[in-house]
Amino acid sequence: MAEAVATPVANKARTLTYVAAINEAVRIVLQEQPNSFVAGEDVGGAGGVYGYYHGLQKEFGADRVFDTPISEEGIIGLGVGAGATGCRPVIDLMFMDFMGECMDEIANQLAKMRYMFGGRATLPVTVLTMAGAGASLAAQHSQSLEAWLCHLPGVKIAMACDPYDAKGLIISAARDDNPVFVVLNKMSLAMKGEVPEGAYTVPLGKAKIVRPGTNYTIVSWGRMVHECKAAAEKLKAFGIDAEVIDPRTLQPLDLPAVIQSVKKTHRCMIVHEAVRFGGFGGEIASQIQELAFDYLDAPVARVGAPFSPVPFSPALEKHYVPNADSIVAGVKAQLGL
Amino acid sequence: MAVTLTDSVLKDIHRRMVRIRRFEETAGKMMENGKIPGALHLYVGEEAVASGVMVHLSNQDQITSTHRGHGHLIAKGGAFDRMFAELYGKATGYCKGKGGSMHISNLEVGMLGANGIVGGGPPIAMGAGFSNKFRKTKNVACCFFGDGASNEGSFHEAANMAGLYKLPVIFVCENNGYGEYTPQRNHQAIVDVADRAAGYGMPGVVVDGMDAVAVYEAAGEAIARARAGEGPTLLECKTYRYYDHVGVRGMGLTYRTDDELAEWKKRDPIELFESRLQEQKIMSAAEIKAVHDETLAEIDAAIQFAESSPFPDASAILEDVYA
Ligand SMILES: Cc1ncc(C[n+]2csc(CCOP(=O)(O)OP(=O)(O)O)c2C)c(N)n1
Ligand SMILES: [Mg+2]
Repeated sequence: MAEAVATPVANKARTLTYVAAINEAVRIVLQEQPNSFVAGEDVGGAGGVYGYYHGLQKEFGADRVFDTPISEEGIIGLGVGAGATGCRPVIDLMFMDFMGECMDEIANQLAKMRYMFGGRATLPVTVLTMAGAGASLAAQHSQSLEAWLCHLPGVKIAMACDPYDAKGLIISAARDDNPVFVVLNKMSLAMKGEVPEGAYTVPLGKAKIVRPGTNYTIVSWGRMVHECKAAAEKLKAFGIDAEVIDPRTLQPLDLPAVIQSVKKTHRCMIVHEAVRFGGFGGEIASQIQELAFDYLDAPVARVGAPFSPVPFSPALEKHYVPNADSIVAGVKAQLGL
Repeated sequence: MAVTLTDSVLKDIHRRMVRIRRFEETAGKMMENGKIPGALHLYVGEEAVASGVMVHLSNQDQITSTHRGHGHLIAKGGAFDRMFAELYGKATGYCKGKGGSMHISNLEVGMLGANGIVGGGPPIAMGAGFSNKFRKTKNVACCFFGDGASNEGSFHEAANMAGLYKLPVIFVCENNGYGEYTPQRNHQAIVDVADRAAGYGMPGVVVDGMDAVAVYEAAGEAIARARAGEGPTLLECKTYRYYDHVGVRGMGLTYRTDDELAEWKKRDPIELFESRLQEQKIMSAAEIKAVHDETLAEIDAAIQFAESSPFPDASAILEDVYA
């Protein structure tokens, strides 16, 4: 069930950027787990291309925070082999788009080893990676590919929408005994938010009601959560009081939280940055109609990116990525407003 | 139809290098000023490689490029106006604004795209080489890739297949000593990427990548071998990028020293080449200056073209997804 408000176990919240929250989380993981290490391209000397790992190599040494060659299949494989044999790897896969280079290690090894071995293998591997369009980085550096991962029994997928969640989800992921992808968003790196000091977790599989509402439900994750909040404000003009729910993890998925909300509001939309067709929104929509059909007053709507690669030109990209206005337009279309 | 090193070929190489340098310097400034969106990976310092190889190629010979791809396209015959328009994201760009710097391409001159995926090029070049052989042409495919890219499995699979099928492919490694901010010694246990050729049954050649004539000669041999059906070559060019990994100043990390940069700049490929041209009385200082001036004027006109061009219409988003 969803938490109405976040309940940090740690104390003293300060304002941190998303990047600083990531950094703090990884530092805590390295402190509390002696068998953990961070491996990835430019994570050591450079501290990560966006600064996630700044200062960590100095603090923990080059044995535990190290640069790898540009060999994604090797890097994920390092995580699989080391994870299966007593380490707790934290692997940096710089851009989510680069999953193309290492999908066999992800899909056929990391995700399946435990099952194939009759439950004997344990793979406590955390993969940090980055999604998101909006920076004019074109088709191979802008994708939101969480649906690829959602189709893989054996991995968990967390989507961090803000600094608080980024830190708490990374700590949860690293403490979990399963492969967990924590998907970060490149347009949120400078975003600031309250982050408690010390260790706390955002539990995997527990949705958050980001904005309570009474007569409409919007389910969204990652950076789109903020667009949905803005859309919810605009929707007030149409008599819509939207509840915005962020599942925070797509696997495990907190369906009860979504269903509970839909049973209350009777209308629902799923919003994601990923391509709409074949996106994870389709799975949630289907689950809703299976579990709450009689409660629905309108077909479940979805907003996502058009069915094309991410265009480079800012003139195209601004229409490509969903935003508060296109979400409002989607709601109006759904309800015939 | 091997190219011989006549005066006009030397002048041609020179012009290609100057065109790359001036374009990149301008583009770099424009990115830092926020005029060009996204990320540019600039080729300044490495001009001798693209120019020394490309002078051997016709429009029917293909190349694959990298994220650092402007220089390859310019040397292959890309037009500044269409290139700047692409970098601006305009409808008149080579890719209608859909690709930008990292996917800039012009198939009419045989340029199969810059690539946002490190190691994206080698398999494609191998496939183009296969096609050249399959279609019984004498064309070759040149694959440009970095020292960092030589650690991707894709390079190894492509090299193995090219060696196995004796394909007309030249693997041109631009070893600039770094993959992003990681020095070569921290990303591979060898010094010469060319050593990897042995594993794939092809010659591996190391050449001074700051010396356009040396590149020209080594590339000429490799390309002649490929055209003669004798299979691929791995040609490693030792070079250096003057600017940061992305943009000009980039993230301002101190992963290499100013001394190291200064040392490489002493052997600037264009200065080296220009002094040679003058010593050998092939070009005068005035003639050299004219090449720079003409290039700069062309850049100005190209920027005008790009700025006055329209952005693509939103309806273009759904075009070109399928044939
Ligand atoms: C598959 C993949 N992994 C990582 C990156 C991020 N990246 C972009 S350029 C680069 C370094 C490439 O080094 P090298 O091949 O030596 O080329 P150089 O930049 O030195 O020209 C990296 C790691 C990428 N674009 N694609
Ligand atoms: Mg390099």
